[in-house]
Amino acid sequence: MLNSTLQQLSTLIAEKKISSVELTNEFLSRVKAQNPVYNAFITVNEEMSLFQAHAADAMIASGQGQPLTGIPIAQKDIFCAKGWLTTCGSKMLSNFISPYDAGVIERFNTVGAVNIGKTNMDEFAMGSSNETSFYGPVRNPWDITTVPGGSSGGSACAVAARMAPAATGTDTGGSIRQPAALCGISGIKPTYGLVSRYGMIAFASSLDQGGPMAKSAEDLALMMNVMVGFDTRDSTSLQRPSEDYSRDLARPLQGLRIGLPKEYFVEGLNADVASAVESAIAEYRKLGAETVDVSLPNTKLSIPVYYVLAPAEASSNLSRFDGVRYGHRAPEYIGLNDMYQKSRAQGFGAEVKRRILIGTYVLSHGYYDAYYIQAQKLRRLIAQDFSEAFKRCDIIMGPTTPTTSFPLGEKSGNPVQMYLSDTYTIATNLAGLPGMSIPAGFGNHNRPVGLHIIGNYFAEAQMLNVAHQYQQVTDWHIRIPDALTDL
Amino acid sequence: MQWEIVIGLEVHTQLSTQSKIFSGAPTTFGAAPNAQACAVDIALPGVLPVLNHGAVERAIRFGLSVGAKINSPSIFARKNYFYPDLPKGYQISQYELPVVAGGSVKIQVGGAGNQYEKTIRLTRAHLEEDAGKSLHEDFQGMTGIDLNRAGTPLLEIVSEPDMRSSDEAVAFAKSLHSLVRWIDICDGNMQEGSFRCDANVSVRLLGSDRLGTRCEIKNLNSFRFLEKAINYEARRQIEILEDGGTIRQETRLYDSDKNETRTMRSKEDAQDYRYFPDPDLLPLAISEDWINHVRTMLPQLPEVRRSNYITEYGLSSYDAGVLTSSKEMASYFERTVELLPAQAKLCANWIMSEVNGRLHKESLDIAQCPVTPAQLSLLLLRVSDGTISGKTAKDVFDAMWRVECNGDADLIIESKGLKQISDMSEIEKLIVDILAANPQQVSDYHSGKEKAFNSLVGQAMKATKGKANPSQVNDLLKKKLAG
Repeated sequence: MLNSTLQQLSTLIAEKKISSVELTNEFLSRVKAQNPVYNAFITVNEEMSLFQAHAADAMIASGQGQPLTGIPIAQKDIFCAKGWLTTCGSKMLSNFISPYDAGVIERFNTVGAVNIGKTNMDEFAMGSSNETSFYGPVRNPWDITTVPGGSSGGSACAVAARMAPAATGTDTGGSIRQPAALCGISGIKPTYGLVSRYGMIAFASSLDQGGPMAKSAEDLALMMNVMVGFDTRDSTSLQRPSEDYSRDLARPLQGLRIGLPKEYFVEGLNADVASAVESAIAEYRKLGAETVDVSLPNTKLSIPVYYVLAPAEASSNLSRFDGVRYGHRAPEYIGLNDMYQKSRAQGFGAEVKRRILIGTYVLSHGYYDAYYIQAQKLRRLIAQDFSEAFKRCDIIMGPTTPTTSFPLGEKSGNPVQMYLSDTYTIATNLAGLPGMSIPAGFGNHNRPVGLHIIGNYFAEAQMLNVAHQYQQVTDWHIRIPDALTDL
Repeated sequence: MQWEIVIGLEVHTQLSTQSKIFSGAPTTFGAAPNAQACAVDIALPGVLPVLNHGAVERAIRFGLSVGAKINSPSIFARKNYFYPDLPKGYQISQYELPVVAGGSVKIQVGGAGNQYEKTIRLTRAHLEEDAGKSLHEDFQGMTGIDLNRAGTPLLEIVSEPDMRSSDEAVAFAKSLHSLVRWIDICDGNMQEGSFRCDANVSVRLLGSDRLGTRCEIKNLNSFRFLEKAINYEARRQIEILEDGGTIRQETRLYDSDKNETRTMRSKEDAQDYRYFPDPDLLPLAISEDWINHVRTMLPQLPEVRRSNYITEYGLSSYDAGVLTSSKEMASYFERTVELLPAQAKLCANWIMSEVNGRLHKESLDIAQCPVTPAQLSLLLLRVSDGTISGKTAKDVFDAMWRVECNGDADLIIESKGLKQISDMSEIEKLIVDILAANPQQVSDYHSGKEKAFNSLVGQAMKATKGKANPSQVNDLLKKKLAG
């Protein structure tokens, strides 16, 4: 049961072989047993989950069931959920119970999905290892001495350790794809604007995008069908005809042109990752795809551009956390400025402070043109690289990350090393393109490797098709860590 | 030394939308603290702004009314600073690309005799959100925060430094105030803060073409304070310069109790607002179709109406200006004159002196005037056809104001017996009696003393209790004295 796909669970529920309450209880006990090891969840609330499960059973009984009705979904703690503690991994919000639902949460509620708990994450989604969380690091189920990746590390771990059949994540520079890769699961960041940002606590507004994390492409498609949709409350939300993301899964890949950017297979890429990715591409050739060499010449600028723009937006987005209306306020202070300083000094962790400082600096008078404006110009060049490349291919592939998961603490003292972990994923956020990671074998020490699939704007159904066909001929996505012997 | 004062104004007008500029919360004034602050207004984690197109429409209306360019796209930017009544830690405003660029406003400066016209250029007008309020009084050792006003839509109108006296500044502010109400984008209520001025004031030697160092006086919420603050500030700066000092660029506050301005913050303390485009809001595109639609909905502008009054009715520029100071005033005048087309000047005089004077005395708005234009025109008809004198008409007007006889002038004249005596024989008899009773004045008149004649007229009017037609009395008296 715990190892079943969303599709299988959906069928079981629809055929009334299991109730939502039973299924929810099963996952709740699994969380209770496993979470002390992995620390994937910040908040579990049995009462609220079961309340939703009962409601889902009533929906099903009255014939109103939909594919995800009654199925437990883990929600990244960046999504505001009414009545739930919503911390964003920060001490700043360690007392914040959201009075409202995010657009994404609302969509899951509408179809009767069950919120199985709020998952751990890097503080305010700033991090690539889940080590910046106020609630402590998450462990990678494949090797608990290593990180699960971040910032959606809790969600990736929850799915990998079978504490939830699927989860939500958010991706500003790779925060869905990198942890998906490191934990051996599938994850997709949709085109910017497809998933509502309303109620998704902002890190960098022009880059943030919510998306699903699950065991397979097929499951991701079911999640996308729920998560994607126009929201009038988000001005950057796109109004488009609704799509069935499962519709193209079965399409053969004959004639698919896969672009391989030469800049993705150079220095900095670990050999074990490179060889797994090359095998995956060989597999695609067997499926009838052809490969073409493409170039994304501005790839090396992605990280510097990102670390100007994302902190700039973050420095402003995080100004609302001032201790005045909600969140952490210093217990003792003298006057207004002291209250601001102490509350924010105590409420934010080191990485968040670092990014607020960088962002404040690059927006400052006299530096704005040299940093922010310059970075915006380069951002356009990076996007142009992709539109050039997509003239020659249908889809772009490469490694999701340069390395497999790394030991806890290895990079936490070296921010630049940590930032390099998102080398391949960041450019898609800057361009607003959809990106995906699927399991593609294992590197050294049996640590998972992710295959990065980048599509053109709104090509999610095609990307899911490309991923699904691979998952029909490989079994990487259904492998489970040795430690999970009970499954 | 001759000094010249240079003034530019920044005017914050609160736009008359039902809901806030980036949220659906209502904008009604006077609700219980925080009763009108929704999740977006209090900046809960995760909330996002959605632009109210009613606010944009009003900005377009303004831009078209002042002959400005409507920028498309215009960009919303974040102005970052920390303050407890600024919930997001930034204000959404427009910085590099405002919605309205350029334009100008014509002003009439001075009174009826020494009036002149001047054109004040506008730099720009941009949309932004208001902040909340900090309440320091009611909380011992603490500050209360009321976010009802947070997110209220504002159009900040910025002028070029084209004004040279506090009179010009006040005329400009009044002209804008009248315009924004005329085109229905702002209720103009200054007490409630719907129309607030900041004045940038500098001085320079007359003849110089270089601008002096300016000081900005914040939050002047009445025309009188605007005038006094500018006068005080200009005097202060001139005194400093004449003593050999230099002006420090700073932001100052006007204290109306002491009638002085004082430093709020100097330029050195000025914050770096770190403006950047708000990534939560798309660039604001305004189509030609939208602009054209707004243009067709625009009322005839006061400037056009004013020149019509001058050419059609032969009114003076000053009178035309007063009568077009608000749409309601103009409509009152037009409805009155419509019924009495030959007497436009009489209508204008009456509305400007009697009606306006009375409204002012009782702090009423023209819309609340108890005498309707139809009632007033009947009264003025009776003046022009000689039924009553102008002087008597004022008494009738008083009665109409009290809504006696349902405000019907004829009924009031009738019931009070105020009709002028125009029966010549009756007046003639009266005059014969008066001449007989006043031989001294008669002989004085004949010896050339003009005063004696006036006294005889006075006695005649007194004897008729003012009901005699003064010009008839004049004529008859002269005839009798000559005869």
